[in-house]
Amino acid sequence: MVGEGGYEMTQDFTRDKPIYSQLVDLICGDILKGNLQPGGKMQSVREYSLEVGVNVNTVQRVYKELESMGLTDTKRGQGTFITTDKARISQLREDMKIELINQFLQSISAFGFSKEEIVQSLLRKDGTK
Amino acid sequence: MIHLQNVSFNYQRQEVIQDLTLTFPIGQIIGIAGENGSGKSTLLKMIAGIQRPRKGTITIHKASLSRLNAVDVAYLPDMDLFYSFYTAKELFAFYASQFPDFSVEKAMEVAEYLEVNVNVKLKKLSKGNRGRAKMAATLGRNTPYYVMDEPFSGLDPIVRESLIKGLIRYTNVETQSIILSTHELHEVEPILDQLIVLKDGKVIAQDELEAIRFNTNQDAVSWMKNVTKEKVTVNE
Repeated sequence: MVGEGGYEMTQDFTRDKPIYSQLVDLICGDILKGNLQPGGKMQSVREYSLEVGVNVNTVQRVYKELESMGLTDTKRGQGTFITTDKARISQLREDMKIELINQFLQSISAFGFSKEEIVQSLLRKDGTK
Repeated sequence: MIHLQNVSFNYQRQEVIQDLTLTFPIGQIIGIAGENGSGKSTLLKMIAGIQRPRKGTITIHKASLSRLNAVDVAYLPDMDLFYSFYTAKELFAFYASQFPDFSVEKAMEVAEYLEVNVNVKLKKLSKGNRGRAKMAATLGRNTPYYVMDEPFSGLDPIVRESLIKGLIRYTNVETQSIILSTHELHEVEPILDQLIVLKDGKVIAQDELEAIRFNTNQDAVSWMKNVTKEKVTVNE
């Protein structure tokens, strides 16, 4: 969203998680959706910090985290690039899937739904689209 | 680094700051929050060398702070009508005459980024644009410390947003620090490294923002409400 005067509105964050981990998730999502392509160059820490309206130190931590997850490579003097390791990206996709499933399972059991019941409803919803 | 050791300040019998010991390292954006009258402005004025502690010492880079070495601190006062007879351009020229570290070029660049008309007298500008002009003048100085008293107060969300971006864009976290007081915690939180909560002239809580979220699952606003509530004394 672009505000009056051309300033991009900053990212909104949920209150219960550190901002750096929310940004890591956001970038992982962009990698999985293909908004960030393997081998593509990422913005500099400062540029990204300005875009999302977050402290430079926090963004530095995000970039370090992505690198230690093996999702980016930093080339000295050239910047940070999305990994070209396709296997790593498929692995990320699988990990995310499992994480989402676990979260989902937790929330349905909190309301007393069974897995089978939910699966049936999910399939039906898909079919009627 | 700026260090306060057992600093107290009072106006006659009224204690404003009580026995405060605090350190402000280089390379951080530090927020000071607290209710009105908690001592925020007095604390910032002392750091800027404008007011002297009645007790205790303040050192900057290990030298004792005085008006002379307070040149390492650029101070943004909590005053709306501020050299109102100047245009922003004239204000920058005045700053340049007062502060050897002031860069008219940088101030003009910030003003352009914030979209302030630099040729109109400050008193003729809207409050939001005055806030922007004041920010441009402050960031025009090249100092290790920027001390800003309520830089977002009374400004609409769009102005606040642009000032926040200006802060990120025109300061260097490796060599500079910003100490700012604010009531607009929700909006400012993403740019803060740490938050200090004052009440009745004392620090009642201090933590890194990411640690607050990680340890308490709360954002800064709810965290501050809770720590403030806990400290409410019986006689209040």
